[in-house]
Amino acid sequence: MMSSVRRLIYPLAGFVAIVIAWQGYVDLAHVSTIVLPSPMDILRASWQRYDLLLRETLPTTLESVYGFALAVIIGIPLAVCVANSRILNLSLYPILIATQSVPKVAVAPIILVWFGLGMQSKLAIAFLVAFFPIVVDTATGLHATPSGLMELARSLRASRWQTFWKVQFPAALPFIFSGAKVAVTLAVIGAVIGEFVGSTNGLGNLLLSANSQLDGPLAWAALVWLSVLGMLLFLAVALAERILMPWAGAGHQH
Amino acid sequence: MEAAPKAFGHFKDVRQEFRLPDQNDFVAIENISFDLKAGSLVSLLGPSGCGKTTFLKIAGGLIAASSGTIQINGEDVNEPQADFGMAFQQPNLMPWRTVLKNVLFPMELRNDTGPRVRQRAVDLLALVGLQGFEEAYPSQLSGGMQQRVALCRALVHEPKLLLMDEPFGALDELTRMEMQDLLLDIRAKTNATIMFVTHSIAEAVYLSDVVVVFSKRPAVIADYIDVPLPYPRTAEIRYSAAFTELEHRAGRALGITR
Repeated sequence: MMSSVRRLIYPLAGFVAIVIAWQGYVDLAHVSTIVLPSPMDILRASWQRYDLLLRETLPTTLESVYGFALAVIIGIPLAVCVANSRILNLSLYPILIATQSVPKVAVAPIILVWFGLGMQSKLAIAFLVAFFPIVVDTATGLHATPSGLMELARSLRASRWQTFWKVQFPAALPFIFSGAKVAVTLAVIGAVIGEFVGSTNGLGNLLLSANSQLDGPLAWAALVWLSVLGMLLFLAVALAERILMPWAGAGHQH
Repeated sequence: MEAAPKAFGHFKDVRQEFRLPDQNDFVAIENISFDLKAGSLVSLLGPSGCGKTTFLKIAGGLIAASSGTIQINGEDVNEPQADFGMAFQQPNLMPWRTVLKNVLFPMELRNDTGPRVRQRAVDLLALVGLQGFEEAYPSQLSGGMQQRVALCRALVHEPKLLLMDEPFGALDELTRMEMQDLLLDIRAKTNATIMFVTHSIAEAVYLSDVVVVFSKRPAVIADYIDVPLPYPRTAEIRYSAAFTELEHRAGRALGITR
């Protein structure tokens, strides 16, 4: 109990200390809000431009969530195929790893040409960045089934399908979720990259235009909202993990 | 086929060679022949790495022998049989399943989890002293408790042959002795034939009708010891002269006492 309170208090105290130092520096050094707005300026902008920020949050959220969902829907079955077929594993996996090293930012303009300025292009970029951690972690998890469990399944004459569905897949769930947690935060980054390269709405777009209008507080407010969005999506996946893997939360009692 | 005496299990000239990459073949099991009486508890005793676990896996159909005859219940064994139960050195429980669902796993694979089967699983858990833990997860149990769950899982489909690979090897001495008594209780209730791999001389003598002593690799039978001690066995028996004499005989067969 004590340790969970402490785990909350320490980062909170650290955060407050940084905010106070930041506020103090901006106030005392008379830094222009264009260069660095103070936390109060950012808070004020968040409050006053509340409806604008909220309106721009919606498309970014949808792009990230759809891109992430698509990555899950395509990535997990693909990883299952790669993990279960030697031929697919040998022929596809190296290509997957190789394409992962392509910088996604560099691909963004090309995707924009393909899908236009609308949501599809952002979704595609969010998908692209979220896809790899999900495929790689799922495939790793499916290969990492404890050998004892595989032997047990064999001793009980489990069919290949039963072995996969009742042993390998649940054993891979912790890997899948750790991939998904990385992927969902990457999806937000992917959506913002897409908005930077070309779009008419979204928090990334707002950040760019506020910046070009030298509206520092609004640009920083958009940045803060983006971070909060990323954190909330991460928490949503962590919550899904808690619900779908109740055994992981069960404490050690012995 | 000749009309051999009706043994439950029949092993004749079982030999196992392994081919390792970049090395010569090596012989893990040279030649093992013995019969397994129905309802008996037979321990395979031998030094670490002598091939006794390999032999158990051959008997269970998990590994194919290089040559030899392996018959259980009149059938040649070349894959795991439906009426075999296995318990391993590690409990091998699935962390995502509750205790009850772990026990029911073999029945689930047969699509047979009706109320009668569930009741049997609950009864087994009660028999090993785990009533009230049905809905717990394995991570909430101690090593000894996990091994009890694994034992229930090995028994839930009422196997005719129970194959146990050092199931108590990872437990502390006290828990181990408790588990040995538990195994003897269960055996008295189920009449299953049991093959039990161990490297503990005392454990082998305490549990078994017969101790088959394996030599160092390549394994041959160093001694075949009938244990005439009566069941039920109690802690006192461990200190009897007859028990000590049997331990010495096993020790001599292993080459560790003169």
